Amino acid sequence: MKQIAKLTPGEKLEITLEPVTRMDLIKYSGSSGDFNPIHTVDEEAAKAGLPGIIAHGMWTMGNLSKLFTPYYEEGFIQDYKIRFSGMVFLNDVLTLSAQVDESTDEYLDFNVKATNQNGKAVIKGMVRFSKR
Amino acid sequence: MMYKEMIGKKSSRVKNIVERGMVKRFAASIGDSHPIYMDEEVGKKSRYGANIAPPTFPRTFDYGTVEGLHLPSKGLIHGEQIYHYVRPLLVGEEIYCYTEVKDYYDKTGKNGLMGFLVTKRYGEDLKGNLIFTEESIVIINEAVREALKV
Repeated sequence: MKQIAKLTPGEKLEITLEPVTRMDLIKYSGSSGDFNPIHTVDEEAAKAGLPGIIAHGMWTMGNLSKLFTPYYEEGFIQDYKIRFSGMVFLNDVLTLSAQVDESTDEYLDFNVKATNQNGKAVIKGMVRFSKR
Repeated sequence: MMYKEMIGKKSSRVKNIVERGMVKRFAASIGDSHPIYMDEEVGKKSRYGANIAPPTFPRTFDYGTVEGLHLPSKGLIHGEQIYHYVRPLLVGEEIYCYTEVKDYYDKTGKNGLMGFLVTKRYGEDLKGNLIFTEESIVIINEAVREALKV
């Protein structure tokens, strides 16, 4: 595995997830304590005017951060900013990516996003990975 | 304006523990079961000297309540989430957490009048040194405001 510190602007970390399942969202409800039923119960999603249950935005944000997990021996995520821009439905296939924007002696800045199978960004933001 | 009056208000500090079992379960639920979060030997040998928690784990802490701040349980839209870390959270450590209402403002968009509530949460070590902050922007739409009469 290449060191994260060796990445240069434009280079990318990227993975594609398995399709989103109801069990993924049930597990996240339990582990996060966010039991808002629009994430797990069809009838509640329908009542809220949604075509189906949607993933917790924080589930997607949590998933995106794992692009950086293999690199904790080199540093850590100092800043992580996300704007939630689209909904994630069951069976959606998300691609997570982080592209180096800037690299200095102290940190690496990444533009990060999760896009669905139609190419739409559902969350978008930045990560500053501290090299300290 | 109910929310505007809340700007600057804080909760009292609440002691939390970064629980090993919680971290393991949380990491698994985001598909991130990496040894740095759950294997004690890997944690000890790491540059942190212990297992750490995933960056979005602070979602699970108790931050106390801001007196007088009532948020509806339904109809809120999570707009933005911003973390800042001085260092990663260590599994097993005790921390103090509290929350602050940072800002509230209105915007009129294509979906009508919307309110934006900005809250900032803090995690400190037992000596009061900052470990992380977690800022959330939550959007309250017109239908919800009507129900709340704000």
